[in-house]
Amino acid sequence: MAIRTEPVTVNLGPQHPSTHGVFRLRVTFDGEVVLDVEPVFGYLHRGTEKLAEERTYVQVVTLTDRLDYVSAMTNNLAYVRAVEKLAGIEVPERAKYLRVISSELQRIASHLIATGFLLQELGAFATPLMYCFRERERILELFEMLCGARITVSYMRPGGVLQDAPEDFWPALDELVKAMPQYIEELEGLITSNEIVLARTKDVGVLTAEKAINASVTGPMLRATGVQWDLRKADPHEVYDRVEFDVPIGAIGDTYDRYLVRVQEMRQSLRIIEQCVKQIPKGDIRSRTAYFIRPPVGDAYGAVESPKGELGFYLVSDGGIAPYRCKIRSPSFINLTVLRDLLAGWKMADLIIIFGSTDIVLGEVDR
Amino acid sequence: MYGAGMAKGLLVTMKNFVKPDRMFTVQYPDRKVSPTELAKMSGVGVFTFMRKNPKTAFKAMTGQMTVPARLKQHPRFRGEEFTWYEQRCTGCASCAKYCPLGIIRIVTSPSGEQVQEGQKYHLDVFDIDIGRCMFCGLCVEACPYDALHMGSGFEEGKYRRKDLVVTVDRLKSQPKHPSTWFRPQIQGKEGYHPHGEKDVTWQEAGRHEQPSRKHQEEKWAKR
Repeated sequence: MAIRTEPVTVNLGPQHPSTHGVFRLRVTFDGEVVLDVEPVFGYLHRGTEKLAEERTYVQVVTLTDRLDYVSAMTNNLAYVRAVEKLAGIEVPERAKYLRVISSELQRIASHLIATGFLLQELGAFATPLMYCFRERERILELFEMLCGARITVSYMRPGGVLQDAPEDFWPALDELVKAMPQYIEELEGLITSNEIVLARTKDVGVLTAEKAINASVTGPMLRATGVQWDLRKADPHEVYDRVEFDVPIGAIGDTYDRYLVRVQEMRQSLRIIEQCVKQIPKGDIRSRTAYFIRPPVGDAYGAVESPKGELGFYLVSDGGIAPYRCKIRSPSFINLTVLRDLLAGWKMADLIIIFGSTDIVLGEVDR
Repeated sequence: MYGAGMAKGLLVTMKNFVKPDRMFTVQYPDRKVSPTELAKMSGVGVFTFMRKNPKTAFKAMTGQMTVPARLKQHPRFRGEEFTWYEQRCTGCASCAKYCPLGIIRIVTSPSGEQVQEGQKYHLDVFDIDIGRCMFCGLCVEACPYDALHMGSGFEEGKYRRKDLVVTVDRLKSQPKHPSTWFRPQIQGKEGYHPHGEKDVTWQEAGRHEQPSRKHQEEKWAKR
């Protein structure tokens, strides 16, 4: 009779460099193979939804910066869209274009981080990540010109944006849009056809379209499975119905597809920015609203396609100056629900990469 | 061909390795200086400088001399030391009301002075606890008289939390180098940068001229 063997339960995190923050995975291993995964989170819980109930509609904008801290612009956009629906506020045309330009820049910045950290987890330590950070730095400099901050932007307000872009913003944006395709090509030269990357990511962590839809996965994770679903096309907010762009999709939904979709989305974002710069009209950037917005009693749901997926804010108003309830549908959190299906059966080394390719941000998971 | 992708990747790395202008490291808080630059700073020629201070010149040549480096920063940057104009402030406490964290404390008392043809309050306390501030700038946005402006610094480090409270005395005495964030009237000024030497006076910091008594009466009569 053979000796009895037992599975071993290991805690991965919360202070593990490849868990993207303070996130704990209780993994049950049979030797090298993952049997079961139990995500444990809440280490970064700050009670954003509850805090929002005690702040006015404008003050909540500052809280949304801190949800997904690598894409604050799209968080702002999702929130102000919900408020505008709730209170029936009109947005000037120029503000809509500025919103789209800034959120597409943010999408590029966020995808650069996702790609950089994926490489970091593959073992290409620091150098490719710094390539990504170098390009992101230029985008953050543009944000500094727009709104005086790089990460916690607080740029958008119900009824428009905070202030118009300065004169030196437009030449700098042009320069970036011209230089960015070369950067992306350089990044692709490092990764896309690299044999090590291919061996580690191709056919690893396959997510089927059916499973992704059942778990309401959104964003690049869903599109990598071959489902063409993008809120910018499905529910064109701001000016997305006036610009041309494609929705890149993957073939089978493995880790490599998730990476490839992100890189192609960066190119599409540049296309959108180029068209917006051409189309942008002159005029107001903010409609006149009361500082203490008092929306009528009711509720509204505003959602945008954030770099991670569908980010939505559900606001309930009781007629007061603060939301009665603020529910955040964060894509990172909901994309985590397929984690067990993704990881079970793979090896320890694959676990890190598959988890890295889901691109979660803990500020958004725990809220 | 197997290995072609890897060669392509290595080529990218090699390209970045040899191109000097591809370096993107920002030297902070100190950067190395050459003897030429040092001479320029002291306003003499290179050879004169080398003859006069041979030790410093030698150190600079061997890369041991550093000077504090200032980061490139847009004038709109929302910095930490707030700029406040006593002459413009009426003590309305809009900033304190609009602060999402409630970290501004204002205590006023009637002063009897006439500012903007109305009663001005004397500000006994105007404390901003920047230890808890998140620099969202809502207070600056809310100020109806353009009295409060953002600063441009980011290097305030203290050992005690109470040292991080910006008091009214400090606000009064510190140089007036406001950020141009949400202040288009300052941004419109030619070549203004908060890092420069030039102060912005309280007249320049305002969005509008001081209204006269007649103007105000007309405005209120129309309402």
